[in-house]
Amino acid sequence: MAVVRIAAWLEERIDLWPLRHFIGKKVIPVHRHTIWYYFGGMTLFLFGIQVATGILLTLYYRPSGEEAYESVQFIMTDVQFGWLVRSIHSWSANLMVLMMMIHMFSVYLTQAYRKPRELTWVTGMLLFGIVLFFGFSGYLLPWNVLSYFATKVGTEIAGQFPLVGHMLMRLLRGGDEVTGATVSRFYGIHIAILPALMTAILSLHLFLVQKQGMSVPPAIERAQRGQSMKTMPFVPNFLLRDLFGWFVTLGILAALAALLPWELGQKADPFAPAPAGIRPEWYFVFMFQSLKYIPAKIGPFDGEVLGILGYSLGGLFLLLVPFLDKKSTMGEPNPVFRWIGIALIAYIVIFTALGYVAPVGK
Amino acid sequence: MPISLSLPRLDMLRLSVSKFAVRMMLRIACLGFLLITVGLIRTPTVSAQDACIDCHRALREERLNRPAFKIKNDYHLARGLGCHSCHGGDQTAFDNQVRAHSAAKGFLGKPKRHAIPESCGKCHSDPSYMRTFNPSIRTDQVKEYYTSVHGKRLREGDQKVAVCTSCHDVHAIRAVKDQMAWTYPTNVAETCGGCHGSAEYMKPYKIPTNQLDKYRQSVHYEMLTRRADLASPTCSSCHGNHGATPPGVDAVANVCSHCHVATAELFAKSPHKSAFEDLGMPGCVTCHSNHDITQPSDAMLSGGEDAPCATCHEPDSPPLKKAGELRSMIEGLAGRIDQATAVLTRAEHAGMEIGIPKFELLAAKESLIKARAAAHALDIEQIKTATDSGLGVAQKSLESGQGLLAEVQFRRKGLAASMLIIIAVLVGLFLKIREVDRRGRA
Repeated sequence: MAVVRIAAWLEERIDLWPLRHFIGKKVIPVHRHTIWYYFGGMTLFLFGIQVATGILLTLYYRPSGEEAYESVQFIMTDVQFGWLVRSIHSWSANLMVLMMMIHMFSVYLTQAYRKPRELTWVTGMLLFGIVLFFGFSGYLLPWNVLSYFATKVGTEIAGQFPLVGHMLMRLLRGGDEVTGATVSRFYGIHIAILPALMTAILSLHLFLVQKQGMSVPPAIERAQRGQSMKTMPFVPNFLLRDLFGWFVTLGILAALAALLPWELGQKADPFAPAPAGIRPEWYFVFMFQSLKYIPAKIGPFDGEVLGILGYSLGGLFLLLVPFLDKKSTMGEPNPVFRWIGIALIAYIVIFTALGYVAPVGK
Repeated sequence: MPISLSLPRLDMLRLSVSKFAVRMMLRIACLGFLLITVGLIRTPTVSAQDACIDCHRALREERLNRPAFKIKNDYHLARGLGCHSCHGGDQTAFDNQVRAHSAAKGFLGKPKRHAIPESCGKCHSDPSYMRTFNPSIRTDQVKEYYTSVHGKRLREGDQKVAVCTSCHDVHAIRAVKDQMAWTYPTNVAETCGGCHGSAEYMKPYKIPTNQLDKYRQSVHYEMLTRRADLASPTCSSCHGNHGATPPGVDAVANVCSHCHVATAELFAKSPHKSAFEDLGMPGCVTCHSNHDITQPSDAMLSGGEDAPCATCHEPDSPPLKKAGELRSMIEGLAGRIDQATAVLTRAEHAGMEIGIPKFELLAAKESLIKARAAAHALDIEQIKTATDSGLGVAQKSLESGQGLLAEVQFRRKGLAASMLIIIAVLVGLFLKIREVDRRGRA
């Protein structure tokens, strides 16, 4: 009853009819690929968890070389449920990247990027880049041995970028080396710059999704030609299913946080030798592992530089895929792009696995 | 637009193609020639500079060609000191054995064993000469050598004793800091053991030959070879190198105290110090042995048959009772530390953050080290102070660990309660989804 009264109170002051009308009319297509529609919402749910837990962590975290590790240690040991908040933040970050990857590749393989959703794809790719940078910047913040060396290696790789590499590396590190200044810088990027960018681009992304509705894969469209597409109302049918998925994720997060709390490790020591088998977060491992296999010199060029250029071109290709895949615009299947996508997934899976099973020396 | 070529144009094209081909072939030939030339212009090798090496390498007799091959790794050769530096002769007399081995050129042949120290000493005992290579190098090795058992016996005419080449190798002499050198710390025991571990070789001297086997069982050997702690002692650390001699009874404590400074000071305050001196027993070796010094254990402070105390003291005598008292105090602290460590490890494996209690426990471990060291002074008060302080810290760490394990249980119970709520919500959502789907179909 209270809800009805509040709605009536609002209705008197703001005309909510367009919103109610929009929600009432919004439907979700039902077909054999409907399952992939849930992953965008799942990523959004995990982002919400990141925002909530991240805000709580900022209450105790201190971004400096002298205090970062100790403040995280304090969160893990002395702050009431601090361990839970930090563990959920760390686990949720990883699940978010995973969900985002699934969302991105499902959109790619169902050609949902095709006209008129090019901008939705481009904003999604930008969000993917931002989330990866969120992960990279957040990983350093506990200032432990692993995060220190992963950031050192990661920023060194960025430093290999032709022409702007050195400047980029100094810009990221806040100097020539990874120091307490880098922690402060990464913290600023992690809690201010990236969230601002994320909010702006995510708003645009969500607006476009709502404006254009869900894309139906071309194969389904062709098969359904002349027939009406089976749909389900967004509210409540799809939203309830979304909620179901979110609660399952919440349960998984709770179990991970309670049974496998995110460990803190040893405090970073810039003068200590790098521990054996150092590697970045799992979602960067495929790139890290590939760089190991590239020879030091390829002809007159530096192997690592070529590798980084290759990744940049790969990223550019993904960003521009709606404009490169002309056939999809006409609703035609494009096996070349489909196989490129499958090869990309296989490459990421294989090289990530190799990063964990290949001998350290390799 | 199709391209048509007239005959003269085609000829011109053919001509330019053939010119291009000729030019390319010429370039390839030039490059090949260049590569061959580079291959042929070798860096002047040792053999090309030194007639001794050049000639001896070609000799069939292994005794004569082996030095010429071995010398490639020699420290001296790398600094321009070839065969002639020790053997004399003319190293520039290529294909001329008579001139190369000419007495006029100072050819000595193979130096006699008893002459080797003096031969090496020609350079190594000359500070002015040695300074040109290394200003801080020592030049008293030969002098010191003649104070050693080896040197004294050599002077007496014993040709079996070690001379410079016995330990530094011959013809492939390496710097001590070279890991391949026979005198590199990790190789010293094997070098000495080459003679001292051979019962056959040492037979005339009537001294034990089990030192190397014993040393291999020692904690010092383990530290040196397995933990790569080059500061850990090897033969020369206690016996000396050029002046090698067994340390006398009086000198043993001084030898050990070179590294174990604090322990030696504590021992000097103990009643054992004067008692050992009166009985003519060596300080440290009496309880810890010499070559086979194993990791000391708290069990050494007991009256058991294997315990060193029992070798002098009667069973149930007051000193042994005192030793037992010391042992129980030290073992009490060690046991509490082990207990705390085990609990903290369990908590760590359960995902708990144990950084702070683990760090605090270090203070207890330090107290344990102090208490064990204080056992050398037989000062009960000092040991009690150390163990009491350590026990307090260890107890605190133990309680922290137990608290963390309790926290693990609390978290698991909390997870179970959360899961129940989440499952209830999921069931509710599932039922609601079914209901709205049914209503939609209707």
